[in-house]
Amino acid sequence: MKELLQRLTAAYGPSGSEEPIREVIKNEIKDYVDEINVDVMGNLIAVKHGSGKKVMLAAHMDQIGVMVTHIDEKGFLRFSNVGGVGVPDIIHRSVSFQNGLVGVIGYETGDDKGWKETRLDKMYIDIGAKSREEAEKMVNIGDVAVFTPSFAESNGKFISGAMDDRAGCALLIETIKRLKKSPHELYFVFTVQEEVGLRGARTSAFSVNPDMGIAVDVTLTGDTPNARPMAVKLGAGPAIKVKDASVLAHPRVKALMVKRAKEAGIPYQMEILDFGGTDSGAIHLTRGGIPSGVLSIPCRYVHSAHEMVDAMDMENGVKLLVKILEEEIDI
Amino acid sequence: MVDLLKRLTEANGVSGNENEVRELIRQEVEGLADEIKVDRIGNLIAVKKGKSNSKKVMLAAHMDEVGFIISGIGDNGMLKFKTVGGIDPRVLVSKRVRIGSKRYAGVFGIKAIHLQEPEERENAVKLKQMYIDIGAKSKEEAEKIVKPGDYAAFDSAFVPFGQNKVKAKALDDRVGCAVMIELLKDRYDFDLVACFTVQEEVGLRGAEVAAYHIKPDMAVVLEGTTCSDVPGVDEHLYSTVMGKGPAISFMDRTSIGNKSLIKALTAVAEEKGIPYQFKKGTTGGNDAGKIHLSRGGVPSVVVSVPCRYIHSPSSVMDLNDFYNTQKLMYEFLKGCEIV
Repeated sequence: MKELLQRLTAAYGPSGSEEPIREVIKNEIKDYVDEINVDVMGNLIAVKHGSGKKVMLAAHMDQIGVMVTHIDEKGFLRFSNVGGVGVPDIIHRSVSFQNGLVGVIGYETGDDKGWKETRLDKMYIDIGAKSREEAEKMVNIGDVAVFTPSFAESNGKFISGAMDDRAGCALLIETIKRLKKSPHELYFVFTVQEEVGLRGARTSAFSVNPDMGIAVDVTLTGDTPNARPMAVKLGAGPAIKVKDASVLAHPRVKALMVKRAKEAGIPYQMEILDFGGTDSGAIHLTRGGIPSGVLSIPCRYVHSAHEMVDAMDMENGVKLLVKILEEEIDI
Repeated sequence: MVDLLKRLTEANGVSGNENEVRELIRQEVEGLADEIKVDRIGNLIAVKKGKSNSKKVMLAAHMDEVGFIISGIGDNGMLKFKTVGGIDPRVLVSKRVRIGSKRYAGVFGIKAIHLQEPEERENAVKLKQMYIDIGAKSKEEAEKIVKPGDYAAFDSAFVPFGQNKVKAKALDDRVGCAVMIELLKDRYDFDLVACFTVQEEVGLRGAEVAAYHIKPDMAVVLEGTTCSDVPGVDEHLYSTVMGKGPAISFMDRTSIGNKSLIKALTAVAEEKGIPYQFKKGTTGGNDAGKIHLSRGGVPSVVVSVPCRYIHSPSSVMDLNDFYNTQKLMYEFLKGCEIV
């Protein structure tokens, strides 16, 4: 799983530009599924046929980034956010474009107000160019940069940018590979544009029209020094979502997930997230409504260049998903 | 084309009350379109049948404009109001409005500066400090001509000035409507479904319904968008620049433009020598936000005419940007291959 996660987090794929990460995922799963399609929005939809319930599993491929909006005469790039980008998370961070070009994010310091007062429109990307002409040879308005990939392992934890939600993608891919037999018709959807408003999940859920949906995404934790209270810990098992700002998990889906975890002796925790949302927020409101739940991977420092997940949480997440899909689904 | 734009901007159509402008557009497109219908939310849909296939290209421009709704009448005959759509309260004081279908005149009033408390003077004007004065002496007198729920629209004439510039209300998005009407004069390979949408300014509502029943194969949204190339704004914050041609959007708050469509549009512009720019601002949203997520997804892109001071009674536009937007769209649709 470590090598897989490393490959996935290293691949480029900000919201709206998911082509590279989609290719990586396609290559990982193509020998294990019956059908692979890419829809209008760019969602990758892999199908394993069966005659039971039609189940949609969703993990988003896209990651947050910064989009170039202006190139000044000195070769500095001004940018806008793609998804939730926080000022403290990006100051003096290295970012990379699809063509490999690397830059550092800086901010205007002339007004002496310090970084706390700065805003994205007072920040820039420094690619070391001397002039607009030089910069324009390497980058155009509309190009998007992401945190320069880096991957580390420490005390059973994996640390990298884009864990949100490549960790979820890894979990789905491992599930596809390990699943021996399932009575169900399974749609594994690697969605686009989650970070800008759950957009890929909305259109793919409409097309797939499943009987049940489960999104797999990272969630926050409350286990760091003086953290905002939240009853989710790193290493205490995958989290079964109760609610976030986008969805109240369907009671039967939630109960099914808990039941299978107990049966298989897999550690789990219940998750209540005060804000934020994930693909199930869009899936559960599709057409006449689709019973939906979320399997969450506890993750520290979400939306930073160094997001941290626990290896055993990932492993147990795969076990739980495999168990759910192998058994009867009664909702 | 200028005359059409004048008629369109001088018609009223605040969100939810698009009757007047819809009737005007209906007259304009009669004789141009093969089918015209109004759907249940009020969108006007004009279809031009394709020459060689039945693929559907949806064009969308919203008919509605920001404005006001009368929420009550005070004992003194002054009207209380609510804004419809996003309006900066600072632009309102002393501006004229026309109320209801009979277009009764009104003006936004506020107490004089020497009567204001110091803190009132130092802070920007708030909506609740203002009222609409219709010259009535009493509640009874006001009630004879106005009732709560009546709409009010900015009273502002279309005025050409400067070099090819015009000033008008509601250029957002009557300029898009005007481009669409012009495009209906030609016939293309595919079905052109021109959708004049309602209620964009209050949440892209007409477009959501229209895209669902039209089921287009692709969509282009035509907008009048922000233009902030004015004193006191850093160049990198110019959302668009007036006179530099139609603005193509990479991204805004509600959608990310389809990459192949952006590429196709810029290729056409380069080939035909039509000026264009990319919209630098990524805030705001438009009908593409709903259309591209309709059903299983619709490839969509936004092309806009830069307009300064939108959502005010006096927005300003360069006519060349309007002509070039029409030209770019015409050339794009002529050579458009739908995949």
